[in-house]
Amino acid sequence: MRSRRTRDVLLAYLMTVPAFAAFVIFVFYPLVKTVYLGFYRVAPFPGLPSHYVGFSQYSTVLSHSQFLAPLFNSTLFVLFTVPTGIAIGLGMAVAAHRQLRGIRLFRIVFSSTIATSVAVASVIFFTLLDPTTGLFAYWIGQRGGTGLLGNPTFALPAVAVVSVWQNLGFSFILMSAALASVPEDLLEAAAIDGASGGRRFFRVTMPLISPTLFFAAIVGVIAGFQTFGQIDLLTQGGPNGHTNVLLYQIYTTFYINADTGTASVMAVALFLILVLLTLVQFSIIQRKVFYADER
Amino acid sequence: MRTSVRTSLRYLLLAAIAVVVLFPIYITVVNALLPVQLIGHRPPVLFPSHPLWSDFSQAWSGGSLSQYLRTSAIVSISITVGSVATSVLAAYAFAFLEFPLKRVLFGLCLATLMVPAEVTIIPNYRTIQVFGWFDTYPALIVPFVASGLGIFLFRQSFRQLPRELRDAAVLDGYGHWRFLLRVVLPLNRPMLSAFAIFAWLGAWNQYLWPLLVTNTDARRTVQVGLRQLEGLSVSAPNVVFAGTILAALPIFAVLFLFQRQLVRGLTAGAVKG
Repeated sequence: MRSRRTRDVLLAYLMTVPAFAAFVIFVFYPLVKTVYLGFYRVAPFPGLPSHYVGFSQYSTVLSHSQFLAPLFNSTLFVLFTVPTGIAIGLGMAVAAHRQLRGIRLFRIVFSSTIATSVAVASVIFFTLLDPTTGLFAYWIGQRGGTGLLGNPTFALPAVAVVSVWQNLGFSFILMSAALASVPEDLLEAAAIDGASGGRRFFRVTMPLISPTLFFAAIVGVIAGFQTFGQIDLLTQGGPNGHTNVLLYQIYTTFYINADTGTASVMAVALFLILVLLTLVQFSIIQRKVFYADER
Repeated sequence: MRTSVRTSLRYLLLAAIAVVVLFPIYITVVNALLPVQLIGHRPPVLFPSHPLWSDFSQAWSGGSLSQYLRTSAIVSISITVGSVATSVLAAYAFAFLEFPLKRVLFGLCLATLMVPAEVTIIPNYRTIQVFGWFDTYPALIVPFVASGLGIFLFRQSFRQLPRELRDAAVLDGYGHWRFLLRVVLPLNRPMLSAFAIFAWLGAWNQYLWPLLVTNTDARRTVQVGLRQLEGLSVSAPNVVFAGTILAALPIFAVLFLFQRQLVRGLTAGAVKG
């Protein structure tokens, strides 16, 4: 009997080892190492050793515009993309919610952008927004010049439009699932009580799907702070740093400028932001499970 | 009469949305079928009267796209198989076995969900160099063969199996492996396939990491390959359009085949019920 229990324990460790080996090497170790690298300032010339500076690098980098400006851009980007993405996705879901002939086809079309990756969407819009050959330039009656992506005011909103479009499919699927979970009888009861369509939507549907809206918002904000591909393919952070978001700044600092110390400090900051958001997300999911159990 | 007007209006609205959503894809397909001199033509050509398919073959061979797609297929399938396998094993241990430190280890699995790959790229990049994996398949695959999300979802799913099944299996003389392969896996197929699609999609769409650890066309995934392709937008715009379409086709195909699994995977945890 006892040997069987020992065998079970051995088996359990055997089964968890593959996953944990990967976690230790590629998640936990590098996480600690990133914090550690933030304590070392890289010498200005390659070949010289980096030296320990403790927390001073954290305080200088995190209060410097090289971090604050990208943080501001990322925040702005999230504000541009998240509310619009949810609102449009919800609008599409409401439009496709009614049972109509051929509605399945519309649903497939509405979710279709999920099949485009960030890179595919970016290249598509890169060609659309091309100042000389792109359709957009033709529509607004301009040819040549810098185009939207080269314009300090419009570059970030333009990138945001690309992201919103690319995420429409996901947003639509999520919102459709939420609408489908609203019990029909509640809406009918409200209709019998004389509530108009708009009132039913805002007083019955919205509260019931609010957990999904929160979920979509948090997932959107987390994804927004990890934005990279769009920037790399559309603007490379330009013009003049106006689309230089946090992850793109980390990438250039590390990969192009080889300033590992500064990049690590910013990576730690990004990690803390994301942890905070993830914790909020977990607490929302937990509360939802609790509600579900209660009913 | 009034309902038919309302129905037509609704169709009009649906059609308008469909046009806006599809237009960027449509115009890319059109441009991919146009001869080079008609791209950027004023007024724009919105329908290819003489579709030209040679752009696709040019993108396929000239733009190294076939190579990119092959790499992407190998990498994304390996990551999917790997992460499903490691997650199934670990989830089985967490669901059916008793062992010291079980709760701590499971807590660590959940903790990995809070560490996105983006924040650990700096040491991971160095690790890849130390292992001598730069510009190789292992660099693209190995860091992603374990998934905290997979372990979590599978454990939840496994624990919902009725206890009697385990008892009956023990009575029939099933050991843990046979129970896992004959009972647990077949009964959890919906969750396994939903996660597999989700993992595949994530792996296929990766951009930053493959960009960091590859530097030759032989190991570039198709997402990073698009970056190379974008560079041709002046000299050979038709190839860019055709390449973009070719790069997107595999996901369209997979998603069309696995719609149900995907919707289940995407909405898991987001919507109760």
